[in-house]
Amino acid sequence: MNKKLIRRRRLKNALFQGVLISIIVFSIIMLLLLLYQVFKVGFSHLSLSFITSMPSRFADRAGIASALAGSIWTISLTILFAIPLGVGTALYLEEYANKQSWWTKILELNISNLAGVPAIVYGMLGLAVFVRFLNFQRSILSGALTLALLILPVIIVSSQEALKSVPSTLKEGSYALGVSKWQTITGVILPFSIPGILTGSILAVSRAMGEAAPLIMIGAAGYIGFMPKSPLDSFTVLPIQIFNWTSRPQAEFQDIAAAGIIVLLVLLLSMNAIAIVLRNKYQNRMD
Amino acid sequence: MKKITKKITTILALAFVAPLILTACGQSGQSGQSLTGEIKIDGSSTVFPITEAVAEEFTAQNPDIKIPVGVSGTGGGFKKFAVGETDITNASRPIKAEEAKMAEENGIEYIEYTVAYDGITIVVNKENTWVKNLTAEELKMIWEPDSKVTTWKDIRPEWPNDDIKFYAPGTDSGTFDYFTEEINGKSGSIRQDFTGSEDDNVLVQGIAGDKNAIGFFGFAYYEENMNKLNLVAVNDVKPSLDTIKDGSYTPLSRPLFIYVNNKSLDKPEINAFVKFYLENAKVLAKEVGYIPLPDNMYTDQLNLLK
Repeated sequence: MNKKLIRRRRLKNALFQGVLISIIVFSIIMLLLLLYQVFKVGFSHLSLSFITSMPSRFADRAGIASALAGSIWTISLTILFAIPLGVGTALYLEEYANKQSWWTKILELNISNLAGVPAIVYGMLGLAVFVRFLNFQRSILSGALTLALLILPVIIVSSQEALKSVPSTLKEGSYALGVSKWQTITGVILPFSIPGILTGSILAVSRAMGEAAPLIMIGAAGYIGFMPKSPLDSFTVLPIQIFNWTSRPQAEFQDIAAAGIIVLLVLLLSMNAIAIVLRNKYQNRMD
Repeated sequence: MKKITKKITTILALAFVAPLILTACGQSGQSGQSLTGEIKIDGSSTVFPITEAVAEEFTAQNPDIKIPVGVSGTGGGFKKFAVGETDITNASRPIKAEEAKMAEENGIEYIEYTVAYDGITIVVNKENTWVKNLTAEELKMIWEPDSKVTTWKDIRPEWPNDDIKFYAPGTDSGTFDYFTEEINGKSGSIRQDFTGSEDDNVLVQGIAGDKNAIGFFGFAYYEENMNKLNLVAVNDVKPSLDTIKDGSYTPLSRPLFIYVNNKSLDKPEINAFVKFYLENAKVLAKEVGYIPLPDNMYTDQLNLLK
C-alpha cells in the first residue's frame, strides 16, 4: 500500500519534470529557429559599409547608420529620464508614503495598471503632449520622453519589489545606530537593492529599444538620410528601419532587414552586458 | 555626512539640469541648420519608396538639407499636414473633404502634384486555374458589405463549389480606401470577413499559400512575386506598365500624389526639392516599381510650379 503510494508520487514527480523540460526545450527550439533564420539570411549582408551607410532605394547600397545612431540617442535619453524617475518613485512609495492611506493605494493600483497599457496609447499621449503641446516636434527628445513614460511603470514596480527585498534587520540595524532615514536609503537600502533594480530596468530598457509603434505614432521618420546631432533632430530607430524594409516588395530588402535585426540584437546584448557587469559588481560587494 | 549629502545634491542637480542643457544645445544646433533647411515629409507608405528615392538623390546633391520621410499612412499623414506639422505629405488617394476642411480651419493652403501611377492588382493562387478575368460588377459582388458570395460558384456557376478566403490591405491604407471607393462606391465599405494586413508581403504570403484565396494590393508587390501568384484581369484588361499608363486598366489604376504646403513652397530648398521631384519622378518611380506618368504631365506640372 505504502509502496504503491510512493511509486505514484514518484511517477507524478517525473511526469511534471518531463512537462517542464519539454516546455523549455520547445521555447529554446523556437528561439534557435528564429535566430538561425535571421542569421542565415542576414549574416552575409553584414559589413562595415552596412553599418556606416545611409538607407537607400538600392538594397545593396542601403545601410543603417542613421537608424543605429537614432536608436542610441533615443535609448540613452530614455534611460536618463526613466531610471532616476522610476527609482525615485519606488523609493517614495516604499520608504516615505503612508502605506495605509487611500491615496497611496490608488497610486499603486494606477501604476500597475499603466504597465499593461498598449504601447500605441503612449504614442498618442506622446504626440499630444510632447510633440504638440510642449512643441518638441518629431524629435529624439519627444521619442525618448514617450518611451520613458512607456517603461516607467515597469521600472517602478520592479524597483519596489527590489526595495521590499531588503531585510528589515538591515534597516533596523542602521536606524539603531542613530543613522538618518536618508543615509539609510543611500547607504543600506539602495546598495542592497541595486541588483534587483538593474534587472528590472534592463528588461524595461530592452523593451523600449524594440518598440516601433509608439515612435511611428509620434512621427519618427521611415527614411533619414543624415546623422542626428541633437535631441531636437528628426530621427528613426532600428525597429522602424527593419519594419520598413520587411514591408518592401523586393526580396533583397527583406534580406538586409535580417542584417538589421542582427545589429539590433548586438546592440541589445551589449547594453544588457553592461547592466549585468554593474549588477554583478554590486552583488559581490553585498556578499 | 555633509559631504555625502552635498555629493548627492550635485548628482541630482546634474540629472535634472543635464537634459535642459542638452535641449539648449539642440536648439542652438537647429537654428544653425535652418540656413540649410529641413523638409518634413510624412504620409502614405505606398508613395514612400518614390519619395525616399527622390530624397536620397536630392541629398546626394544637397548634403546640407535634411529630409526625414515618415510613414504614417495617407490618413495619418494628412492629419499632420492639415495642422502644419509637415511641409509635404505623401498620399495614395486625393485629400478627403473633412481633411481639406481641417486644413482650411488651420489656414493651410496646399497644392496637389501627381507623381506616378499604381495599379491595384487582383491576384489569386497559382493553382487557381479558373479565375482569369473579373468584371467590376463581379468584384463589387465579391467585396460589397453584404456580399452573398462565399464560394467561387456564387460568382459564376461553372466555377468550383469551394469556400473563398479573402485578403485585403489594412483599413488605414490608401489602397484600401481607393479600392472600396472605386468598387463598392463608398470609401471604407467592404465585407467584414477578410484577412487584413498593413504589410502587403503578408497578403502575398497568405494568397500564395492558399488555393482558394483572392486578394488585392499594389502592382509593385505583384511584379516582385509573379512566380507565386496568378494575375486576374479586370474588365478583360490585365494590369501592366502600358495598360496602367494609358488608363485602359480601369477602374483600378490610380494616381499617387504629393501635397505641398504653399507656405513651405516659398522656401527655396522646398521649391527646389519639389522641382527635383517632378523632374526625376519618371525614372525613380519606375526604379521602385511604380508606373511613371506620360511625359507631358510632368512638364505641365513643372510649368505650373515655375
